[in-house]
Amino acid sequence: MKLKDVISPFYVWKRAFEKPYTNTNPLETRDGSANYRGFHANDIEMCIGCGTCEAVCQNAAIDMVPVEGVDTTMSDSGLRPKIDYGRCCWCALCVDVCTTASLRLTNEYTWFSSDKDEDFRFIPGIDKKSWDDNELGYRRHEGLELLDYKRQAMDHIPFEDSTKSFIEMFHGYSAKQAKLEAERCVDCGLCIAKCPAHMDIPEYIKAIRDGDFELGAKILYATNPMPATCGRICTHLCETVCSIGVQGDPVAIRWLKRYIIDQIEPGDLKDALGEIFPDNGKKVAIIGAGPGGLSAAYYLRQLGYSTTIYEGREAAGGMIRYGVPEYRMPYDQIDKETNYLKECGVEFKFNTYVGRDIQLENLMDDYDAVYFSVGLTIPYGLGIEGEEHPRVLSGLQVLDDATERVEENPNIGKSVAVIGGGNVAMDCCRVSKRYDADVHLYYRRRISEMPADSDEIHESQGEGVVFHTQAIPVRVEPADNPNQVKLVWGEAEMVTPKDGGRPRPVLQEDKIHTDTFDCIIKAIGQEGNYEFFTGEYKEKLETKWGKIIHNEYMQTSIPKLFVGGDIANPQADAISAIADGHLAAKGIDLFLLHPDDKQMKK
Amino acid sequence: MFTPDRSKYPKHVNGRPEIDLSSGKYTKVWHGPQHPGITGNMALEITLCGDEVVESITHVGYLHRGFEKLMERRTFIQCFPIVCRIAVPEPAFNEYCFSAALEELSDIEIPEQAQWLRTFNLELMRLSSFLMWIGGMAGALGQGTIGQWCVTHRDYVADLFEEMTGGRIYHMYMLPGGVRAPLPPGFKERAFKVFDGIEKMLDAVDKVLYNNYVFKQRTQGLGIITRDMIERYGVVGPNARACGVKRDVRLDEPYVKYDELDFDYVTANASDAYARAVCRFEETLQSIDLCRQVLNKMPKDGPFHTKTPNVMNWKVAPGETYAKAECTRGEYGFYMVTDGSDKPRRVHARGPSMTHAICLMEQLAINTNVSDIAGLMVSIHTYPPEVER
Repeated sequence: MKLKDVISPFYVWKRAFEKPYTNTNPLETRDGSANYRGFHANDIEMCIGCGTCEAVCQNAAIDMVPVEGVDTTMSDSGLRPKIDYGRCCWCALCVDVCTTASLRLTNEYTWFSSDKDEDFRFIPGIDKKSWDDNELGYRRHEGLELLDYKRQAMDHIPFEDSTKSFIEMFHGYSAKQAKLEAERCVDCGLCIAKCPAHMDIPEYIKAIRDGDFELGAKILYATNPMPATCGRICTHLCETVCSIGVQGDPVAIRWLKRYIIDQIEPGDLKDALGEIFPDNGKKVAIIGAGPGGLSAAYYLRQLGYSTTIYEGREAAGGMIRYGVPEYRMPYDQIDKETNYLKECGVEFKFNTYVGRDIQLENLMDDYDAVYFSVGLTIPYGLGIEGEEHPRVLSGLQVLDDATERVEENPNIGKSVAVIGGGNVAMDCCRVSKRYDADVHLYYRRRISEMPADSDEIHESQGEGVVFHTQAIPVRVEPADNPNQVKLVWGEAEMVTPKDGGRPRPVLQEDKIHTDTFDCIIKAIGQEGNYEFFTGEYKEKLETKWGKIIHNEYMQTSIPKLFVGGDIANPQADAISAIADGHLAAKGIDLFLLHPDDKQMKK
Repeated sequence: MFTPDRSKYPKHVNGRPEIDLSSGKYTKVWHGPQHPGITGNMALEITLCGDEVVESITHVGYLHRGFEKLMERRTFIQCFPIVCRIAVPEPAFNEYCFSAALEELSDIEIPEQAQWLRTFNLELMRLSSFLMWIGGMAGALGQGTIGQWCVTHRDYVADLFEEMTGGRIYHMYMLPGGVRAPLPPGFKERAFKVFDGIEKMLDAVDKVLYNNYVFKQRTQGLGIITRDMIERYGVVGPNARACGVKRDVRLDEPYVKYDELDFDYVTANASDAYARAVCRFEETLQSIDLCRQVLNKMPKDGPFHTKTPNVMNWKVAPGETYAKAECTRGEYGFYMVTDGSDKPRRVHARGPSMTHAICLMEQLAINTNVSDIAGLMVSIHTYPPEVER
């Protein structure tokens, strides 16, 4: 035994003089660190109710519950996370995967309550808590990415080559790209609500992840018989509400749809979908073989109706074929979809223009119901002096000519002014570029306000179209050369009205310019042509602002007559027309086979 | 030293003592699961002859949460908050092994800064756990004051963890792809201050505990691990190093940034509880030194996480791997099998407690005085939850 071993332990007494290490709570409190994972707080305005927090929570401590006072019209499910602190383990994965960064943890350690009814389940942000205003606490750190915020870029023909031909510009995703892109989806389903046709987007994206394209095609066809079309030229409202798009690039839903249908060879659709079409003995006539008509025909066939489509042109597709250039929408893809409809038993009568070759009255008499979606075909005028000049062309006509006779220049010359800011204007610009023209675009407002797709705007600029924004056409004047025309236009200033609202362009009289072109293409919109309505039908048909009035199942004021497409909905795009066709098919079924149904006029 | 009369002890048949309780010669005692000398929820079923142990059987199952099975039913990212719970006082090693295994199977390379941060987190974890152990060891032999000191300073380490990771006990910091957060500003200075405090406290512990006649008397010669036990029972960590075996995963197969740090094996020769205590004390000091080295050597900033696939849809190609690290008790490892789905096919957590608390403890307890069982139990440093994953 060493003496040191006996004496040394008495050193412990020295510590008796030290100050205590503990805090005397509650007199002395200590705040959680700036990074502490304490109680939840949620910014209700930022949150979109995507439910990714609920999906990632391994304790199932989060339930998405409906709350009052949330505007669900814009990409918001109306649900908010309710957290159960009997289950939560404060791992904060819900914060890391929050698509909007609205959910966070505060640095609050303790929760006292004298209210015996207050339980430990609450909706952060809605149920007010003492820590709601704590700014500190755990948030996702910049540089930690558990979700994939970056979109897979799609390869395309470079801009210097794309204007040399009408070959489809975008190549489509490779298998690897499609899988990576499909993996970005968080299955929130906000897109389903936004899509006019309510396509089951998360499910078909999952089918890509699983490599099951037949299942994918079945999901597509359940709500959309034109996936190859919509996979290319859809206005993709779904992508505008994609929850991944809040902090990153939205999932390329449109391209993924195209990828599924591209995997199925044209002849294999019948086998892949494996559909059986019954026959209930009723007949429906469809006027117009555009997306609205094709969609109605397909879903009516599914319900057992024999359907006949009357189309004035020699091929199906409507505006998709005659209004969208081939580099965006190759015709073989339209044929692929149309041919499948033929296999389904849909009968087509081409070159049969209702009102000229056959009368509406005959159809109404011969068929059990008639559906029409004839589209908007009459271009709006510019409403300025001199626009009757023969060198002022209609955008639709130019696009039509480019479809019918792609080899020939549609008489546009070598320098072109396009007026408008929508997709038709972009198409006109890019088609003109493909005929070697020098193209100038004139638009009244700013680029950010153009109704055209941002992709289209970007690609037009890439192909060398010169954009003149805040440019108002003043008048059209004849040029010295009869094959030319002068456009007089003025610069505009954006003025916000006194009562608020959207800024309006106001012409600045002192900034007027005159440019000479081989032609001016007007592409500022179009309206419907209802000339084929005659007699009693003309009187009975109700319209408002040029669009046909209908009920929620697309039934018009004439009970036997149903409507859809651009003449019936304000969006005037392909996917809305397809949705209308599907709805009208349900409506016709209710009308013909469910006579007791109260929703339909009889 | 007093030597009891062992002539009345039971005969061994097939390696087990033949005990006839009705003979009145033996007493059966349950040591735990509530006994404070037991390291966690575990029990020793002890048969005594007089006050000396003739048989000890380890019972676990008081803390079974089925982690390995739970993980088979959760996606990879959902396993991440679970793994830390497999060893409560040392969650970081579970997080590291899980992440490292998953990264290997999915071909993910983590950034330099993430490796430094992981090294720091793992070493700070060792420091925190050793402090708890020193307190526990002193407490098991009746010196509760030292337990208070150590746990106080462990709380300052928990403060550092709170700043760094957002959690005091379950850090949930190392996730597949790197770590969750960089170091907050001014962290290094605060950490150094805490380390200084711990060193000062350890100096006092050295005087009061390690140079204490009572402590020495009770631990020297207690629970001697013989040479043949080391290989037979897979003894690792300080338990093996206290027998002079140079075995340390950090040095044998360096992971993260250990190959860039300057340190060596800490060994002792006596193989008894005192040697193990000395080894752990030296390793505590070594941990502080390593933490300082990491903070001094690591770059100021840089990416701390590399992009993984979207964790909501993360599928891992079929494969299997074993990732390991040196925890305070020796080699800790995760064996992971994946089958191409979004969930692990099988995960096995290998903790040193399994062999130490059952095979080794049952042997070491024989012929030990019942009053030393608590000290012996603590001296081999086990955590029951990692026995019953």
